[in-house]
Amino acid sequence: MTKFTRAALAALLAATPFAATAETDLSGETVEWVIPFSETGGSAKWANFFAPLLSEALPGQPTVVVKFMPGAGSTKGANWFHEQENGDGTLIFGSSGSTQFPYLLNDPRVRYEYNDWEPVMATGTGGVAYLEPEAGAKFDGSANALQDIDFIYGSQGATRLDLVPLLAWEMLGMNVEPVFGIKGRGDGRLMFERGEANIDYQTTSGYLGGSADLVEQGQAVAMMTWGALDEDGNIVRDPTFPDLPTFKEVCEATEGCETSGEAWDAWKAFFVAGFPVQKLAFLPKGTDQEVIDTYVAAFETVRNRDDFEQISSQTVGEYPVFVGEGAQRALEQATSVPQGAKDYVKTWLRDSYGVELEG
Amino acid sequence: MEMIATALPALGQAWALILQPMVLGYLVLGVVMGLAVGVFPGLGGIAGLSLLLPFMFGMDPVLGLALMIGMVAVVPTSDTFASVLMGIPGSSASQATVLDGFPMAKRGEAARALSAAFTSSLFGGLVGAAFLTLFILVARPIVLAFGLPEMLMITVFGLSMVAILAGRVALKGVAAAGLGLLIGTIGEADAGGSLRMSTYDIPYLIDGLQLVIVGLGIFAIPEIVSLLRQDRAISQDANLGAGWADGVRDWFANKWLSVRCSIIGVVVGVIPGLGGSVVDWIAYGHTVQSTRDTSEFGLGNVRGVIGPESSNNAKEGGGLVPTLLFGIPGSGSMAIFIGAIALLGSGDIEVGPSMLRDNLDITYSIVWLLALANVVGTLLCIAASGGIARLTTIRFTYLAPFLFMLIAFAAFQSGQNFEDLLALFAIGLIGVFLRRFDWSRPAFLIGFVLSNPIEKFSNQAVQIASFRFRKSFEEGMEYVFSPIVIVLIVITVLSVVFGLRQAKAIAAEGEVPTGSKRAPVAFLLLIMGYVVAALINANAIPDYNMTDKIVPLVVGGVTLAACLMLMVQMMRRPESDAVFADKEMAGEDADAPHGLWGTLAWFAGLIAATWVVGFILALVGFLLAFFRIRAGCGWGKTLLLSAAGVGFMCLMASALNRDFPPGLLQDAFDLPWPLR
Repeated sequence: MTKFTRAALAALLAATPFAATAETDLSGETVEWVIPFSETGGSAKWANFFAPLLSEALPGQPTVVVKFMPGAGSTKGANWFHEQENGDGTLIFGSSGSTQFPYLLNDPRVRYEYNDWEPVMATGTGGVAYLEPEAGAKFDGSANALQDIDFIYGSQGATRLDLVPLLAWEMLGMNVEPVFGIKGRGDGRLMFERGEANIDYQTTSGYLGGSADLVEQGQAVAMMTWGALDEDGNIVRDPTFPDLPTFKEVCEATEGCETSGEAWDAWKAFFVAGFPVQKLAFLPKGTDQEVIDTYVAAFETVRNRDDFEQISSQTVGEYPVFVGEGAQRALEQATSVPQGAKDYVKTWLRDSYGVELEG
Repeated sequence: MEMIATALPALGQAWALILQPMVLGYLVLGVVMGLAVGVFPGLGGIAGLSLLLPFMFGMDPVLGLALMIGMVAVVPTSDTFASVLMGIPGSSASQATVLDGFPMAKRGEAARALSAAFTSSLFGGLVGAAFLTLFILVARPIVLAFGLPEMLMITVFGLSMVAILAGRVALKGVAAAGLGLLIGTIGEADAGGSLRMSTYDIPYLIDGLQLVIVGLGIFAIPEIVSLLRQDRAISQDANLGAGWADGVRDWFANKWLSVRCSIIGVVVGVIPGLGGSVVDWIAYGHTVQSTRDTSEFGLGNVRGVIGPESSNNAKEGGGLVPTLLFGIPGSGSMAIFIGAIALLGSGDIEVGPSMLRDNLDITYSIVWLLALANVVGTLLCIAASGGIARLTTIRFTYLAPFLFMLIAFAAFQSGQNFEDLLALFAIGLIGVFLRRFDWSRPAFLIGFVLSNPIEKFSNQAVQIASFRFRKSFEEGMEYVFSPIVIVLIVITVLSVVFGLRQAKAIAAEGEVPTGSKRAPVAFLLLIMGYVVAALINANAIPDYNMTDKIVPLVVGGVTLAACLMLMVQMMRRPESDAVFADKEMAGEDADAPHGLWGTLAWFAGLIAATWVVGFILALVGFLLAFFRIRAGCGWGKTLLLSAAGVGFMCLMASALNRDFPPGLLQDAFDLPWPLR
């Protein structure tokens, strides 16, 4: 663990109401953890990892089951959760970047309001962009020599998490043409391995699971990470990849790329909503403070397990798990995107990809 | 040589891992659970696996793998029960089995069909495992050679199976496939997000229709309704003539067909992105093409069971390659499998490129656990088949309400919307009419299954190809016409030529009488109406989203052309021509004691009541009314059967941790489970 993460953790620990008196007893109950995705996605993996640990840590050891409610790019499940009011601690909801982005972009399907819900836990991730070796050889910490290359990128859609890499590459002046319609980042990596795409990005777990191998064998060159956030909200190097420059550093070194102004603010806002605060666990609106405290204490216990760092390496990586007030702050960071940034991204989506978002 | 030097010790270690009493015990446990879930149509491996997930955390890796693999491996085996006995495709893996398996059951040869199917499944699974043991070492470059143009060509090859399954009037087959493709495009486009034949006001349609619902609607509902109208047992013969030993002999007589179809299964399963849902159709097509006398296909030719069943278990093995080597799931259940592996033990087994290097022994354990699970599952299934085959001798009116109950429950699980039930009914209605007018239902289903891959691969391949062509003409040609693509084109052309020659002989719906012109023409006009609406709708998508409109436009255009040509034929030909096929004119449907609409109304009633009072209360009323009024049972029997149905439904839902469709009542009041 780096110094930064430890500092961040310490700060968060201090902010957590440690002495929360857990009077809520859930013995014999079944807690449903609703995920607005199918059984096959990353959020399912995330919830399935935490569910048994949470069950152990909650008073009365209730059964925690993960339920899947996929549909409409996760907005269906989120809309459903917004109408739930049984704040007795038997229902929790997990959202992800894919739930946050439509909310931020005023997608017409969104009928939920994040600020009504009670966040109890949040985790983040990072992302790494990489290039095929020939282009990688021209990469010198700046994108100055990459301007004349035609890049192809396998993308899930410009309004998804892919917004972050696509906007970053455009700010660097790179000519990246997205091929839309792939079903997951794994498919994007496969396209890259087949030589059909020549630029790609993966979230941390995807990168470590597949792409790091390509880089080791010289079939790919790592370009940059999106970075991580420090306590003051500054972008710093990703603790998992301390040797890789962040997009911010590359941008500073590249002619014509600015780390201030409209474009930068917009990119940073969506980066924060998509990566450092990617997944959040919520209790429904109007839940009793007592129940909230119980959950906060339980996640606290989970996070402090001796073996947590080891068993969580694949689901969470070396990123902090925010609990209680830390999760609240994380939510604020993830959802308070200035109107200017939203407008910028909407205009960019319309002009570059013909995506019309009402509202 | 070096390869074998690393492979052999790993293989030995794998067997040492597997051959422990505990491991085998968990494997059998998984198999039994898989059979219990897989027997019910439409649930399949995903429901079963997510049931196991909570137990995977920190479990000993080999034990956890044994449990999960036992479960996954037997689903394509056990789903055969529903396909053969009821004519209901149990999962996407056994759709083609319905074509010949169900007619055999009707003929009283259910046990023979089942044991032929199970033996083929077993053999396919073993061939798959043996092939994989060597292939997995060299698979990586081969899998990577399949780029977008290659995958597009495989999809086109799958679509070319329509030529074999088109039925007696080829144009109808083309139109049915086109309709399936068009219905597959409903919803939000993958590429640009445009809406096709849907609106944001009906969120249900945005995600498109699920394969489970379309499969059940197209095959299950028409068969259930037809049998229910005739009010008899499935088997026309009360004593089940041919037994399970005959089925094994049938398999032995066709062992080379079984080998070939197993290889087809592994090879198609290996290619990521196709999901293997066409494997059984390709195997069926191959079976037909390689048989001299095709007159019996669709009427109960045992080869039509052996082919697809040999391929679908082999496919599961093939699907392990992209899953283990690339960390890219070949199917939904494989995706959960990957997620679950990360929870096992200390979480250090990581699926992906490093799997072969670091965990070759685990890899081989997975391959051979799969094979072993196949053996155990098959033996259990064969042992059970004689008894379960007796279901076909029960008066169908006693079975039908339970089947309606099961398919409604299964359909609801696909999306957990009330609209799932409506979609099931609507697709079921299409299925009923396709069957009645002898439009090929397999062609429709193939079209639906391949709709998304065709659209995705063609859009992406064109985009990348245009990129290459911009660089240089040679580079573009090299990309588009790779050796694999050329070989696939040749195979496809040959398959279509052979297929058309043999297609006329295959009567998937049996002999269909003809009669008046009015009903067939009206149905054609209805289809044309939808096609025109879809065309207008697609044309309204702005041009900068060309990727979202081009496929519906092209497919719709071809379908419309086929419909127009049919119209011309209908105008010119006499009433006795095959183009006017109509099952209501003569034969068992026309002579049935009960009408079509009256029978469908029962199912509609269940759905309507669900909308008001929720599924379980509606089910209580439906079962009571059905057994008392339609089946004419005494009160004792009525109560007993209804209680059994409702009790079973609750038991299954609570074991699988699933909900029931709620109704207006549930919106207004908070009720306890299972009424919730």
